[in-house]
Amino acid sequence: MADIRMRVNGSIEKLDVEPRVSLLDALREHLGLTGTKKGCDQGACGACTVLVDGERISSCLALAVQYADRDITTIEGVSDPLQESFVRHDGLQCGYCTPGQICSALGMLAEHAAGMASAVTEHVADEEIELTAEEIRERMSGNLCRCGSYNGIVAAIQESAGSAR
Amino acid sequence: MKDFAYLTAHDVPTAVRAITTPGAKFLGGGTNLVDLMRQNIERPDTVIDITQLPLDQIEELPDGGLRIGAMVRNSRLAAHRLIRTRYPVLAQAILAGASGQLRNMATVGGNVLQRTRCPYFADLAARCNKREQGSGCDAIGGFNRNAAIFGASEHCVATHPSDMCVALAALDAIIELESVRGTRRLPLVGFHMLPGDSPQHETAIAPDELITAIELPDLPAAARSRYRKVRDRSSYAFALVSVAAATEVRNGVITEARLALGGVAARPWRAHEAERVLLGAPATEDSFLRAAEAELTAAVPLSQNGFKIELAKRAITATLRQLHVEGSAA
Amino acid sequence: MTYVGKPVDRVDGTLKATGAARYAAEFPYPDLAYAALVHATVARGRITRIDAGLARKTPGVVAVITHLNAPAMKPPPKPTPMDLSTMATSSSVSLLNTDEVHWNGQPVAVVVAETLDAAREAAHLVEVEYTELPATVDFAAEEANARPQKNTLLSSANTQKGDAEAALAAAPFSVDLRYTTPGVNHNAIEPHSTTAYWDGDQLVLHDATQNTTWARDQLAIRFDVPKKNVRVISPFVGGAFGGKSLVWPGTVLTALAAKVTGRPVRLMLTRESVYRTVGGRTPSIQRVAIGAEAGGSMTALIHSSVSRVGKVGGWTEQITTVSRHMYDAAALQVRQSLVRLDALPNTIMRAPGESIGSFALESSVDELAYQLGLDPIELRARNEPARNPVDGKAFSHRLLLDCFEQGAKEFGWAERAPQPRATRDGRWLVGMGVAAAYHPAWQFQANLTLRLSADGTVLVRCGFHEMGMGTATAISQITADTLGVPLDAVTIEYGDSDLPGAGTAGASAQTATVTASLLDACEKLTDGVFALARKTPGSPLRGHRRQDVTARDGGLYRDSRGESYGEILRRAGRESIDAQVGSETRLGELTGQVRFMSKFLMDRRRWMKAACGAQFCEVRVDAETGEVRVSRWLGVFDVGRVINTKTAASQLRGGIIMGIGMALAEETLVDPRTGRIVNASLSEYHVPVHADIPTIEVRCLDDPDPTMPLGVVGLGEVSVTGVAAAVANAVHHATGRRIRDLPITLDKLL
Repeated sequence: MADIRMRVNGSIEKLDVEPRVSLLDALREHLGLTGTKKGCDQGACGACTVLVDGERISSCLALAVQYADRDITTIEGVSDPLQESFVRHDGLQCGYCTPGQICSALGMLAEHAAGMASAVTEHVADEEIELTAEEIRERMSGNLCRCGSYNGIVAAIQESAGSAR
Repeated sequence: MKDFAYLTAHDVPTAVRAITTPGAKFLGGGTNLVDLMRQNIERPDTVIDITQLPLDQIEELPDGGLRIGAMVRNSRLAAHRLIRTRYPVLAQAILAGASGQLRNMATVGGNVLQRTRCPYFADLAARCNKREQGSGCDAIGGFNRNAAIFGASEHCVATHPSDMCVALAALDAIIELESVRGTRRLPLVGFHMLPGDSPQHETAIAPDELITAIELPDLPAAARSRYRKVRDRSSYAFALVSVAAATEVRNGVITEARLALGGVAARPWRAHEAERVLLGAPATEDSFLRAAEAELTAAVPLSQNGFKIELAKRAITATLRQLHVEGSAA
Repeated sequence: MTYVGKPVDRVDGTLKATGAARYAAEFPYPDLAYAALVHATVARGRITRIDAGLARKTPGVVAVITHLNAPAMKPPPKPTPMDLSTMATSSSVSLLNTDEVHWNGQPVAVVVAETLDAAREAAHLVEVEYTELPATVDFAAEEANARPQKNTLLSSANTQKGDAEAALAAAPFSVDLRYTTPGVNHNAIEPHSTTAYWDGDQLVLHDATQNTTWARDQLAIRFDVPKKNVRVISPFVGGAFGGKSLVWPGTVLTALAAKVTGRPVRLMLTRESVYRTVGGRTPSIQRVAIGAEAGGSMTALIHSSVSRVGKVGGWTEQITTVSRHMYDAAALQVRQSLVRLDALPNTIMRAPGESIGSFALESSVDELAYQLGLDPIELRARNEPARNPVDGKAFSHRLLLDCFEQGAKEFGWAERAPQPRATRDGRWLVGMGVAAAYHPAWQFQANLTLRLSADGTVLVRCGFHEMGMGTATAISQITADTLGVPLDAVTIEYGDSDLPGAGTAGASAQTATVTASLLDACEKLTDGVFALARKTPGSPLRGHRRQDVTARDGGLYRDSRGESYGEILRRAGRESIDAQVGSETRLGELTGQVRFMSKFLMDRRRWMKAACGAQFCEVRVDAETGEVRVSRWLGVFDVGRVINTKTAASQLRGGIIMGIGMALAEETLVDPRTGRIVNASLSEYHVPVHADIPTIEVRCLDDPDPTMPLGVVGLGEVSVTGVAAAVANAVHHATGRRIRDLPITLDKLL
């Protein structure tokens, strides 16, 4: 067992976990933060996306011990106009992929703001990349939505990206 | 997942000493190893977290090349200014792989060592010589649509799934390895092994070695480069075939050509035959086609993956043409 | 109406967008234990040895349950129309009560441990040996052994009108084509999950299910306790698409594990376990042959199918149903047959039958149109039936041609060059395709109670299900409008077998089903309120007749006279007033079932009811590599009245996207040597990602069906139908290639 601490949604949490426990299971089963979802447990669906020091990762493939002393934000710690945009644009149906989509979108917007390119960026050396619908779709492709709310999700992100951010 | 001892290495000497413990494994970003551990394909007794090692820098070398620390995350590498301008094929290849989340986690060293996506390798109920030597290969007589067309053997037809490595192969990258025995430098081309009769041996790395860095040579032609990935859906899927290409053309004649293929072999496939045809040839559609044909003559199809031969030819031609017509991806 | 027909935000949207909505694996219990499954690795055989020694020694393991030590359960009930809950039986195998293995992946042991990781590790260490028996697992190879399929309650597998083969042979123009569709899986992002605990002989289960009532009844049978002892709670389900309709092994085995260990037990299936224990959609082999006159009028239509079931169970899809309703062919013949495999039973998946049947039919119609030199929409118009082609029944509602007309105009259909491979944009070949969508409209039976309180709030209690369709939102809107109260005055309780039963969330029937009962209950409730007012001295409604009074503005009014519900209740000294539809007593259930069946059958004799639509697709195909990208989509639908334009559009888009997945990428690979699913993961099974999906335009004609409650037809499934054909037709238009075997992967276009 390993005694670790991590900052989760702003508060320091003490955890006593085996090294094999994933960050996802630590959040869901140890801390009761069930907003972060498990869809595949192998990095293929994005439902478990959380932000670590502001960067999006798949928490199912992260061992909790590897993230000791880091700053984790889960959906429970997110309070962003993007969430209202998701509701208004109906970027959700069953709701199960939604927390992952929202955390991923927040991480993605930060990546874009930092000037990172994507697989559909025509010139990867460009400094400023317009966040078109095509760019959003590519950058969000790590988050599956089987209900097919993709249009609403993209619209919500566009609205959020277009506002004061 | 089997329970294991966990330790974090903060410096390279500690890491390479720790790995000499029997049953120990290095853990980078976890995007491949943790998945394999959960599926019981990897069952280490000791896991050494190496993400705290001071190997997270990208530095310019005196000779004009670049040294990339093995713990640099894939997304950081793709976002680096020098990569985007001098080696756009590498930025593109990385961005074509996995998802934003996984690229933020995965390390450069881990990407090189990631293991095949052959579905029979992933299912413990199936026979797989790579997982269990001598057990047989269920892919050869089964679903092999995404299996290798180059360098496969009667024991294994798996492919290497990395996009990044395809670009690194085209760029003649060097892998730096460190162990208690010292430092070794190996070309990435040839680092991954063809299966032969021991498909369990996947790379030239020794069990006690750590990848510490990847070095890119100074290569002016790399500034004019592109990566093209063909897959079963628009994103977040492994390649059926991918092409990394860099060329230099002077007065209509190809003076430098670097070409590598992904999704076709147990290693990122450096297309030497195609390069030979291209070098000195006019930069025309005909040359591109001849180059593609020349490379694919050695391809051997299985029951379901024959289409990759034609697909690879077309992807090579299309990529070279795009590079010629539209220029660099930078 | 204030709310009905408006784009109201879904009522549970904020819960879902903040992570507060709890799914079946997310209810905390002290002393919770975790379960993991061990799967068989042979398709058919007997377990000869099972060694759990190492597993039991694993730290944290509480129990390893195998057929050697599992307590006896009652066998799964045989499906019978006498008790509809028996339809929830997913297979006839008495899991862990037998040494027999009937499919590759069947659970053969359950491990319970203190932690999830310990349970999974121990499951890996359970050693099982088998005697293998000969198994039939190769669907394609079994085609010649297919046997005719029987008719079911909901659909006919065989229909004949005239001599279709003779008419086909005599037709001046004809197509006679073979299609194949692979097995596919639902892949709801929430894996099937259950949290179960026993309190004496009372079982409480949090389960990801589309049918809490059936789940409750099945578990009561399996564990031999009265139904009232079982409670199944399922307020949020993370996607289902049919895959959570029946009771699959995980649910029963979690309840068993909880019983054996005396602890609350949670099982969330791994993604692999979902593939190995929950059925998907059957593969199919189909023949569609159409004969036509030069002018396009169809003289013969033949549609036959071969699909599969497991030897231990399986849902028989109505693959050829579409061909019984779409075209006015003079002679018609549909035939369905089945092969039986040693395989996990296949099951209901979004538009079972119509989704894959419409691929074959609507592709053939396109081919025929090209042969005749007719516009595919025009060919459909020339064969649009006035009455149901097979039996002359009246359509309750059918605006199919209006859908095509509106869609063609908006999509720019007329501007397309009809010949294939005529449009190019750089490296892309561009093509447009069209297909009809069709899905029958159903309405089942729901019990429901209403409570109106003196504070003006309304509580609706009804055991329907929310898997993303937005039913709670729609039902809130209808309640608010019918009773004339604000939307936020309405609270809905659903997803719990202790609530009045609402049957299955399936067959696109839930909204119509619940609406019928809701309208009844609202009527009863306002009658009751009016009766109170009329009897109460001082009420302004005294002396008025019921039919002159309307429910609005939070009360009952005639012109300007009347009063709020609160005032009426207070004046009558009441805190609340209730209304009820249906009864949960045994007698009440039986009477309800009989009443429902008689109305259902009468209705079916009289009307042919369905949703329909027109799917327009534009694809771009890389001329060299064959990569297909859907670049534009428009679906125009006749789905009766739309309660919520926002959530309805989402659901329609969702069906189209699932159809695009089916068209281009999805395929469950079953190894023909072993019967084992090879790509049991979301990385190797490709569902559409963001980058695959352009803006999907959807339109609804919003014309209420006069025979359905509030005119609602149901739209959960119609939008997946026709999609694969529209894609295939567009691919043909772009490339000149007809792909008749799904999915349309690039290797088929090289």
